[in-house]
Amino acid sequence: MTVEQVQNEIIEEFSLFDDWMQRYEYMIELGKSLPLIDTQYKTDQNIIKGCQSKVWVHADMVDEKVIFTADSDAIITKGIIAILIRAFSNHSPKEILEANTNFIDQIGLKEHLSPTRANGLVSMIKQLKLYALAYQTQLN
Amino acid sequence: MTLDLTKIRADFPILSRKVNGQPLVYLDNAATSQTPKQVIDVIADYYQRYNANIHRGVHTLSQEATDKFEEARKTVQDHFGIEKTHEIIFTPGTTHSINLVAFGFGSLLKTGDEVIVSALEHHANIVPWQMMCERSGAILRVIPMTDAGTLDMKAYDKLLNDKTKLVFVNHVSNALGTINPIEEIIEKAHAIGAAVLVDGAQACGHIKPNLQKLNVDFYTVSAHKLCGPTGVGILYGKEHWLKKLPPYQGGGEMIDEVTFEKTTYADLPHKFEAGTPNICGGIAFGAALNYMNAVGFEAIGAYEDELLKNATDRLSKIEGLRIYGETERKTAVISFNIDDIHPYDIGTLLDKMGIAVRTGHHCAQPIMDYYKIPGTVRASFAFYNTLEEVDQFVNGVQKATDMLR
Repeated sequence: MTVEQVQNEIIEEFSLFDDWMQRYEYMIELGKSLPLIDTQYKTDQNIIKGCQSKVWVHADMVDEKVIFTADSDAIITKGIIAILIRAFSNHSPKEILEANTNFIDQIGLKEHLSPTRANGLVSMIKQLKLYALAYQTQLN
Repeated sequence: MTLDLTKIRADFPILSRKVNGQPLVYLDNAATSQTPKQVIDVIADYYQRYNANIHRGVHTLSQEATDKFEEARKTVQDHFGIEKTHEIIFTPGTTHSINLVAFGFGSLLKTGDEVIVSALEHHANIVPWQMMCERSGAILRVIPMTDAGTLDMKAYDKLLNDKTKLVFVNHVSNALGTINPIEEIIEKAHAIGAAVLVDGAQACGHIKPNLQKLNVDFYTVSAHKLCGPTGVGILYGKEHWLKKLPPYQGGGEMIDEVTFEKTTYADLPHKFEAGTPNICGGIAFGAALNYMNAVGFEAIGAYEDELLKNATDRLSKIEGLRIYGETERKTAVISFNIDDIHPYDIGTLLDKMGIAVRTGHHCAQPIMDYYKIPGTVRASFAFYNTLEEVDQFVNGVQKATDMLR
């Protein structure tokens, strides 16, 4: 599946819900399925700045595809990063770099996109893309 | 004396708005209080009828604006029981007031002098003093806190010595709501010849202190914590201290005579009011004090205690909930966590229910470090909140907790 196809899949799942509670409950569920970061990478260096809660992200490259793992001490933040990772993980660096993030809007999480929000969603996206950029440079 | 809540709430247009489709329950009053239409009207009136720069203007508008601005200074004087009008400096707020004193006081200190801060401070009452100590070579000492979120006063006694020059402490802790024993702190500091600055930002919306009676040397207030606008506040300082401190900023208004060889400074309070002040803000600050006095601080205090007691009792029944700051002497602030649920999660879900609280370290990281927590959820009440809102809040916290467990 392309990044876009995964994103459409997520949009479809979220379209089943008609109120915020169901959306957030689902997000919390998704957080529980987050591919967890190996404890050795759970360092201060890997913390994403700009979040009120702590978020750690790590990236590996396997067969020229970037695999993300992460964790957070807040459950909702965990859900948000899980959604992002589901969309971006297991794709080539180039695909990740070219992917847009409009789907966040469409799953009713637009409010989290503002750079002034304390959750740092914007910083998370930036960090995922930075990892992709680093691996892209390696491939070139 | 009871409050007429229906009437009071009708004074605050913002309280009838909806947030995320739900009626707003505003419990972030320690961050900023809401503004009644009596104050909003004064702001509109200023810009519609007599907006002009003050002092020294020959025209009518300037004179009217000057009169109103100076009238506001008198209102502040009456409200806080201040002896002399010129002991009141209008500033952009508490942080600015503290920086003004820290800047000036630093020039009076020498290497090895000691100053004392409390462990319960907002960063605004820590960082300016650290900067002052770096410049002057003075040593910063800290009054430790206890598990209950109060100051360890025995430790304070031991910190005081003949090198102590200044003590700065907040009247009320912003993160926990603890009312500090400032009377005792002031008396003991004075006994060894040290001055005291009290940061009144969190107290002034709930308590009406008489500064002359308190005998405090400096006291700071922000108007937006007591139903006034943001960007304005005061520094109160005893006359002899304000005369001793050098000016903080140079500019218009603060001068007596200027030549390129030498400038002499204006008398108090203008010496510390460089540039065009927040004229409208100052006038609105006066209006806010008038509004709150009309409601009555005694009634406000009693009613807020009732809200606090009710909310504390009911919240405490939620399994795993811990309240930080458990002293009898506190304002209507509840700082809490539930098990190891991150405060950010609770705050986010409460917001979806229209309930505004604050989450995080509340600009008081040393307190969070003491409890070894990343932050808390803080609900802070004002006299316009209702028992029904306490209900909605407690139910909201329960609902959020159920979702997150």
